[in-house]
Amino acid sequence: MSQKSSGRLYCKGVVLGYKRSLRNQYPNQTRIKIQGVEDRVSTNFYIGKRVAYVYRAKKPIKSIGGKKTKVRVIWGKIIAPHGNRGVVRAKFRNNLPPSSFGKRVRVMLYPSNV
Amino acid sequence: MVSKSRDVRRKLKEQAAKKQAQSTGMSDKVTKAKRKWYPADDKPRKRTSRRKVQKPSKLRASITPGTVLILLSGRFRGKRVIFLKQLASGLLLITGPFALNGVPLRRVNQRYVIATTTKIDIQSVEIPSVDDSWFKKNKKKPKSDEMTDTGKSKLPESFLNAQKSLDSQLVPLVKQVPFLKSYLCSRFSLSYGQFPHEMRF
Repeated sequence: MSQKSSGRLYCKGVVLGYKRSLRNQYPNQTRIKIQGVEDRVSTNFYIGKRVAYVYRAKKPIKSIGGKKTKVRVIWGKIIAPHGNRGVVRAKFRNNLPPSSFGKRVRVMLYPSNV
Repeated sequence: MVSKSRDVRRKLKEQAAKKQAQSTGMSDKVTKAKRKWYPADDKPRKRTSRRKVQKPSKLRASITPGTVLILLSGRFRGKRVIFLKQLASGLLLITGPFALNGVPLRRVNQRYVIATTTKIDIQSVEIPSVDDSWFKKNKKKPKSDEMTDTGKSKLPESFLNAQKSLDSQLVPLVKQVPFLKSYLCSRFSLSYGQFPHEMRF
């Protein structure tokens, strides 16, 4: 690329853990805290948005532009608000591994309806 | 399992009959007419697709011709571009304009776009007659060219001309509005403390 690549076009989020009750966990849904979102009303903007958990694995497998990289992505989608404090629930194509808890997640700006 | 083997047997029979018909010079139709029995199983009928013709997606109210859009994904993510019109497929026809920020005539899905409140009056602009097939052709042609001549594939002349004529009309319009040129040339990105749910684009 000759041109400078773009800056950040996603919001920062953090994986809190699975959806859960006191003793059970439901790993098919993940709770995510999005930076700057502090109440339930403002989660409205983010419902339906795509989420990417980007991580580095041991083996370079996925290729980006012909080069193999260790970077991998698990894609997901924000499905619902969770509680009144601006946390949201997301579903991922593959359930997130527990090692992702506390890790950064990218909340994309699309699909957009602005 | 029983029915499966029966099916296989029937297939084999049919194949044999076909072969015989071919060897004796009879066409397939004749053998069909000679049959004295009905097939026990229903023949698999070709299904007509129940899908209706795809309607173009409704354009968001915030997107009108001349609206400045922010692209959210793809090669030109973050770029601010001008919306020209909606194509029959529902995709949006946009351009940078190319002379300003390097975004050529392009199709984008409105889901991958943020509409800003900035608008340009492009009523006077003559938009080249572009439809979806135009973009498909462009993709195929360079490929065949690559096979023959080793150099980089070139865009068809019609594309370049359309881009040129568009740019020559759009750039003066952009220059009339103060700061619009630099606005279109700059990229959109989020920085620390900026949250899109609080923004008005």
